[in-house]
Amino acid sequence: MNNCPAIELRNITKTFGSVVANKNVCLTVKKGEILSILGENGSGKTTLMNMISGIYFPDEGQIFVDGKEVVIRSPKDAFKYKIGMIHQHFKLVDVFTAAENIILGLKNEKGFDIKKAEKKVREISDKYGFALDPTKKIYEMSVSEKQTVEIIRVLYRNADILILDEPTAVLTPQEAQTLFAILRRMRDDGKAIIIITHKLHEVLSLSDRVTVLRKGEYAGTVNTCDATEKSLTEMMVGQKVALNIDRDDPKDPCDRLVVNNINCINRDGVQVLNNISFTARSGEILGIAGIAGSGQRELLESIAGLQKLNSGSIMYHNPKTGTEEDLRNKTPLQIRELGVRLSFVPEDRLGMGLVANMDIVDNMMLRSYRKGHSVFVQRKAPAQLAEDIITRLKVVTPSSHTPVRRLSGGNVQKVLVGREIASAPTVLMAAYPVRGLDINSSYTIYNLLNEQKRNGTAVIFVGEDLDVLIELCDRILVLCGGKISGIVDARNITKEEIGLLMTKSEQGGAK
Amino acid sequence: MAAFSLIIAILCSAIIQSIPLLYGATGEILTEKSGHLNLGIPGIMYMGGISGVIGAYIYEKSVTVPNPFWSIFVALMSALIGSGLLALIYSFLTVTLRANQNVTGLAITTFGTGFGDFFGGSLTKIMGDGGNLQLAATPKYFKASLPFANDLGPVGKLLFSYGFLTYLAIVIAIVAAIFLKRTRAGLHLRAVGENPATADAAGINVTRHKYLATLIGGMIAGLGGFYFIMDYTGGSWTNGGMGDRGWLAIAIVIFATWKPIMAILGSFVFGGLYIAYSYVSPMFASLPNANTLRPVIQEAFNTLPYLVTIIVLVITSMRNKKENQPPQSLGLPYFREER
Repeated sequence: MNNCPAIELRNITKTFGSVVANKNVCLTVKKGEILSILGENGSGKTTLMNMISGIYFPDEGQIFVDGKEVVIRSPKDAFKYKIGMIHQHFKLVDVFTAAENIILGLKNEKGFDIKKAEKKVREISDKYGFALDPTKKIYEMSVSEKQTVEIIRVLYRNADILILDEPTAVLTPQEAQTLFAILRRMRDDGKAIIIITHKLHEVLSLSDRVTVLRKGEYAGTVNTCDATEKSLTEMMVGQKVALNIDRDDPKDPCDRLVVNNINCINRDGVQVLNNISFTARSGEILGIAGIAGSGQRELLESIAGLQKLNSGSIMYHNPKTGTEEDLRNKTPLQIRELGVRLSFVPEDRLGMGLVANMDIVDNMMLRSYRKGHSVFVQRKAPAQLAEDIITRLKVVTPSSHTPVRRLSGGNVQKVLVGREIASAPTVLMAAYPVRGLDINSSYTIYNLLNEQKRNGTAVIFVGEDLDVLIELCDRILVLCGGKISGIVDARNITKEEIGLLMTKSEQGGAK
Repeated sequence: MAAFSLIIAILCSAIIQSIPLLYGATGEILTEKSGHLNLGIPGIMYMGGISGVIGAYIYEKSVTVPNPFWSIFVALMSALIGSGLLALIYSFLTVTLRANQNVTGLAITTFGTGFGDFFGGSLTKIMGDGGNLQLAATPKYFKASLPFANDLGPVGKLLFSYGFLTYLAIVIAIVAAIFLKRTRAGLHLRAVGENPATADAAGINVTRHKYLATLIGGMIAGLGGFYFIMDYTGGSWTNGGMGDRGWLAIAIVIFATWKPIMAILGSFVFGGLYIAYSYVSPMFASLPNANTLRPVIQEAFNTLPYLVTIIVLVITSMRNKKENQPPQSLGLPYFREER
């Protein structure tokens, strides 16, 4: 076994137009080692990995594989050097089976024998303990099954260098642990593994070394055993950040939204909401915890008027008039005409929240286009609002006329949240508002939610990080398979207790 | 017995009607499987027809006694080159320059029909002959069926009474089906049309697949126009004679839910509907004021194929089976470094 690194990058630079995504980045990975790449959102981690896997081509710099300089112009070249990438957004063809996706692009095998491929897939599954049916179509699969397909695809090609882009972002904690066990087994097998993440505890528990990127630049590499969460965070953000989230006591809370026994059966006949009852109070943050797909989305959408309910009621107490309104099965427009100031930050930012190809100003207008009396839209106020949000929330963008799809994830979220709170809502619902965001952006969002809480808004926060839920929220509602398994006081609860509630009645039911 | 031979006659003319549609539909399926909606197919079919006519006309003029092999070869090659060139313009615009596929396709159709009508109307004058454009020898070779076909009775007539382009259309459709379903290259092509980013990440050359599929698809569609001129009309060109067959071919793609084998059936059904009027019109002859009614009824019959397409669209959409949906990236340009 020589000590020559499996892959080495020297002074890699890549620019997109005037944006520098990577600048002089250096990195080495040895065989039988797990290297974490840590960085804030938009720090160029994924861009860097895309250059190793041949999706992008570097403007400057050299790449060495096994000590020899190589040129990777396309994903095909990457396979040649036994580099395999597991993307954050799965690159799978929906209508193909697992096996068809796995053999996609392979040319070195003689003939076209899908049965043989399926057999080899089963062998690999058995070897590493995956559970995968190679004849299953991708569109019938769960997220973790899709990830399994991605990983087996890389193993099928005998990759020696594996790159995983935020592999745990979509997994439950248990699934993540299984994945880590597999990755450790691969490391012991002599494979070089690069994992991109911004979850510090994963970095510390899994990797041997950590390379940190900061705003596209190389910030350094440390051995994991010498690092702590605090030191890594400092390297990553370049400045000290307080790890405590502020939490004031709710100021004279009163009932704002009373949800009573709502039930919802979706198109596939699955009962996604089962007798849900709770109260959201003003001046309070109500957290919603649960394994992904336990009904969080349907719950928020039914309040927002996007989901038809089979039974139950959603009573809104108007603080101005003191009247009560039932929001059940009303359209968003009807809800607004009732004088309910409801804001919704959906999970799917660029799908439901914003129009990706429109600029920030136009996206602001989606909320206000009904204002004004002439047939022409009023652009002045939205333009002003866009500028306000850019300065106040420190949105990194060339101008307010840049299409939002060109912004990084965190900046997109700031634009969306900024727009939603600008209308001074009485109820603010946010689904995974910090998903995919770095620590600084996350705190900006937490502070915004707290500010709304102080203003007397009833805030509903759906989160996945239990630590954040416990520190940020006043009460936490735990969903499990479409049912409420508990509503708890966030000040007197432990992570383990919530975790237990989340998996309490986990016997099939909703996925 | 009379009824039997009438049925055979109807089936035969349905088959003849179906062949241009089948070429067009198979070509469009291949194109769409690469993620490109080519609305230029009607123009490309036109182009295939007129190019073949031009090639054959020039060849016939340049020799005193046309040789069957060279007649077929020259005409076929001209048709393939003509439609191929037009398909290539489409691919260059939509694949390399990422122009809007619908707009480009419609422009190609306008250009193809204009080109066909221009040369169809003026070729004889340009060549100094004057008169209508009518090929003398070449269509004979395309229409030639097996010599014993007429001795085999009605069934023989139904199966063997056509020129070789008829059988070629069916063979191409079957080969296309096998290619898409059973070969590695077919799998790659489908992946490109479904999800080019995935195909790209898997090391498949997306651009090459898109170019080849639109080019070969265009050439196959061009054969449809070529068949129409050489076999169906017997080598006489009429401006606008091909009618709306190009659009019907695109409708068949939807009818067939992007499956070439289903396209054979679809073309046959559509071909049958296309000629249905001429077989039912005697029934209306006895009606009072039949003469005023006739055009109305005829137009109503002409809408049948489209009605069937709409019904099929409704049914497949309602069943919502993923396999029966269009390729997922149909109509979307692909740019690797798009963020």
